[in-house]
Amino acid sequence: MIKQTLKWSALALALSLPVMAQAHKLWLVPSATNVSGADPWVTEDAAVSNDLFYPAHMPVALDRVVITAPDGQAVKAENASTGQYRSVFDVHLTQQGTYKIAVVNGGLFANYEVNGEKKRWRGDAANLAKDVPAGAKNLEVSESINRVETFVTNGKPSDVALKPTGKGLELVPVTQFTDLAAGEPATFQLLLDGKPAADVKIAAIAGETRYRNAQEELDVTTGKDGKFSLNWPHAGMYWINATAQDDKTSVKAAKQRRLSYSATLEVLPQ
Amino acid sequence: MRRLSLTLPAMLLAAPAMAADLNVTVQIPQLNVAEYHRPYTAVWIEREDHSVAAQLAVWYAQKESKEGAGTKWLPELRQWWRRGGRELQLPIDGVSGATRPAGDQKLSFHDGKAPLGELPAGKYELVVEAAREVGGREVVRVPFTWPASAPQQLAAQGNSELGAVKLDLAP
Repeated sequence: MIKQTLKWSALALALSLPVMAQAHKLWLVPSATNVSGADPWVTEDAAVSNDLFYPAHMPVALDRVVITAPDGQAVKAENASTGQYRSVFDVHLTQQGTYKIAVVNGGLFANYEVNGEKKRWRGDAANLAKDVPAGAKNLEVSESINRVETFVTNGKPSDVALKPTGKGLELVPVTQFTDLAAGEPATFQLLLDGKPAADVKIAAIAGETRYRNAQEELDVTTGKDGKFSLNWPHAGMYWINATAQDDKTSVKAAKQRRLSYSATLEVLPQ
Repeated sequence: MRRLSLTLPAMLLAAPAMAADLNVTVQIPQLNVAEYHRPYTAVWIEREDHSVAAQLAVWYAQKESKEGAGTKWLPELRQWWRRGGRELQLPIDGVSGATRPAGDQKLSFHDGKAPLGELPAGKYELVVEAAREVGGREVVRVPFTWPASAPQQLAAQGNSELGAVKLDLAP
């Protein structure tokens, strides 16, 4: 499995994440979640690893980064660079309000056999028929949508950038994403294709896992309205994650759809 | 005092027209550290639900640089920032100012006058938060009931970035 993974590019790994959701975590970490001043910037780390938040496995492909400014428009990552274990980029916060920084991956996977040899393929719907030979046997196609986000607010929080796209799993705030404090319960709403996602398990894990002997994962389940509350036991950067599967694929050939959502949220001390 | 309050002039003085006072003393401790910077400090009044009833003071570096040295670090006053600091357009006359040196910093506020304004009767907390570059952060809270029926001296003690915070209420 590991050997196989290493052969793949970072993008391929990101695409395949839902398959290996238990193995690796894709994450973004901002240098600050609340900024002010005349010319604020934050720098972001983006990587794939087991331990939070230590780049130790693979960088995130930068072409998958989508930054949404408070006015709802996309803005460019600045000073982007990809190293062995992590990608780094800056966000120049020229507007007041909340920015959404996301890594969005999605696509189709196919497993099939040609002349008794097992093959696999990944790509988008347009290329499926072209790339997979017509005579392929035991063809199995699945679709995935995987979204990883973090949030930074310049000044006062705002909501425009947080409007859900209506595709896959997404999170919307009840408590502002950049206004979290230890000991104060925070409530969010999980959406699936823009509608409340009921009965989905949410896991939250604080960073700095290297300096403790257990994951200390907080588990909650979304209610009928997709809402859930987390009571942060201490300050820190938390990675929260939800996964789901269904058959609401966008292409006929795919029988199954795998969905994943993760966010990095900062919890400050009282 | 008791005897005076029975006299007619004192009765007049006690009428609502007399503005109540709220005096705050914030002790900024002398610290024996290699690199010392005066702390960013905020003083405000919270209602029981933690919403802000009045922003009384915020002291931060006034020297601006390209990146806005003065305001860039205001979110380090974390509670103040989320409790309403981020809503403010700084500077504010009579509220914002330069960082203060170690010692007792005395502030006086008068009912009906900015920045205290007219505080409805009720339970409040005076909150003082200090955050120091290459240092620590501390929040000290002094609960009080407004208006005071008699002169009242309240206090709370900080441990690291703040010393004694005194709140004197005059009816």
